[in-house]
Amino acid sequence: MNLSRFFIAIVRQELQVAFKRWGDLASPLMFFVLVASLFPLALSPKHEVLRNLGPAVLWIAALLATLLSLNALFRTDIEDGTMEQLVLSPYPLPLAILGKTVAHWLLNGLPLVVLAPVLAVTYYLPEDGVRALSLTLLLGTPTLSLLGAAGAALTAGVRQTGGLLALLVLPLMLPVLMFGARATDLAGAGEQITGPLYLLGALLLLSLSLLPLASAAAIRISLD
Amino acid sequence: MWTWFHKMASPPHFYRLAGIFGPWLLWPSLLLLAIGIYGGLVLAPPDYQQGEGFRIMYVHVPSAYLSTTIYAMMAVTSAIGLIWRIKLAHAVAASAAPIGASFTAVALVTGMLWGKPMWGTYWEWDPRLTSELILLFIYFGYMSLRASFEDISKADRASGLLAVIGVVNLPIIHYSVIWWSSLHQGPSIKKLGAPSISNDMLWPLLLLIGASTLFFGAMLLYRVRAEVLDREHNSRWVQDLFGETPGAG
Repeated sequence: MNLSRFFIAIVRQELQVAFKRWGDLASPLMFFVLVASLFPLALSPKHEVLRNLGPAVLWIAALLATLLSLNALFRTDIEDGTMEQLVLSPYPLPLAILGKTVAHWLLNGLPLVVLAPVLAVTYYLPEDGVRALSLTLLLGTPTLSLLGAAGAALTAGVRQTGGLLALLVLPLMLPVLMFGARATDLAGAGEQITGPLYLLGALLLLSLSLLPLASAAAIRISLD
Repeated sequence: MWTWFHKMASPPHFYRLAGIFGPWLLWPSLLLLAIGIYGGLVLAPPDYQQGEGFRIMYVHVPSAYLSTTIYAMMAVTSAIGLIWRIKLAHAVAASAAPIGASFTAVALVTGMLWGKPMWGTYWEWDPRLTSELILLFIYFGYMSLRASFEDISKADRASGLLAVIGVVNLPIIHYSVIWWSSLHQGPSIKKLGAPSISNDMLWPLLLLIGASTLFFGAMLLYRVRAEVLDREHNSRWVQDLFGETPGAG
């Protein structure tokens, strides 16, 4: 039983399946860009207003884009029986869930991290703010993927989820949002943000170590 | 030796015990609540800074205390249900959730009513208030998740897991006033050292905290009895209890 080979196989398979359908990859990203475009149009295109709102709006847009991409995380696998095979396999289920979460982050979170600086420029964020935005998103989006995977696993057995996934997962994502958005704000004002960055890192480590176990338990519950 | 403990996991036995202990919790709690309210509203002197307005503390603090304690109890009970597969533990958590959510709502609303005269604002997005609001959302998430499953055992296990995951919010609520400079005041009652509140204001508060905990206990026992009857309505012992045959009534 080579665990690292199993893990890499899971990630590679997820990526291969995802790249066969480009459209599904693009929609959360398009959503991110669209939401970020709504605020200047609805509020005011004035530089000062956008500079003040930028960190918050971009972080919230990233959060919502992540939520959007979470529904499909486990659903197709449960429907076609792949998840059952993973549960029954001799490999640890938390590792498989972690592999799927990593693939989800590579497909949804990492593009957000890459796209965010471009949008930050349209919000007239100062250079320090743009750098802080990328850094906080880099640390924060994996945590969002991990939390989202736990929520998706809990609701995977439910017929019509509606807003249930968002209701479950958003309260847990709030600390990440708070630290990420406020750190970006502080950096734009010229402050040091090592404190919030450490806290984001701590949240990431906490989620990384415990949430795959919880998600695996939730998948087992949903599959019965 | 531990038979009395193991028997508690049996629904008919727990039903009987809860029926016996319920009144013993309810009536003393009502009496103590009355004494505490009299002490807080009439006997305690007005605060030198806040005047009479501080008296809402006697509703706010017990509710806030219970909102977190009930959630901690739900998390522990859910963990017991998940680890040892005791269905009654899940029934207890399910019964406690609406009570806990109500106390959280009361804490938030009384806090808002207290905040307006004291801080000049009904709401402030500071860590203590925000994390208490998050607690309310977690309660709602628990109840929604439970309601969205048709199969009770799946509902139990999924919401139980959610309760355990959400317990991470409790230290944030409790320590938020210490970790961050918050608008909400710091702890007045510490575990070690003298409290920073005068004795004639303190005793009604402590009495009310104890009394409302007893009241919660009584409510919980009655709710669990109802939940047990609901879950076990097809079983023999329930039908013997009410002298009904299936299909009648």
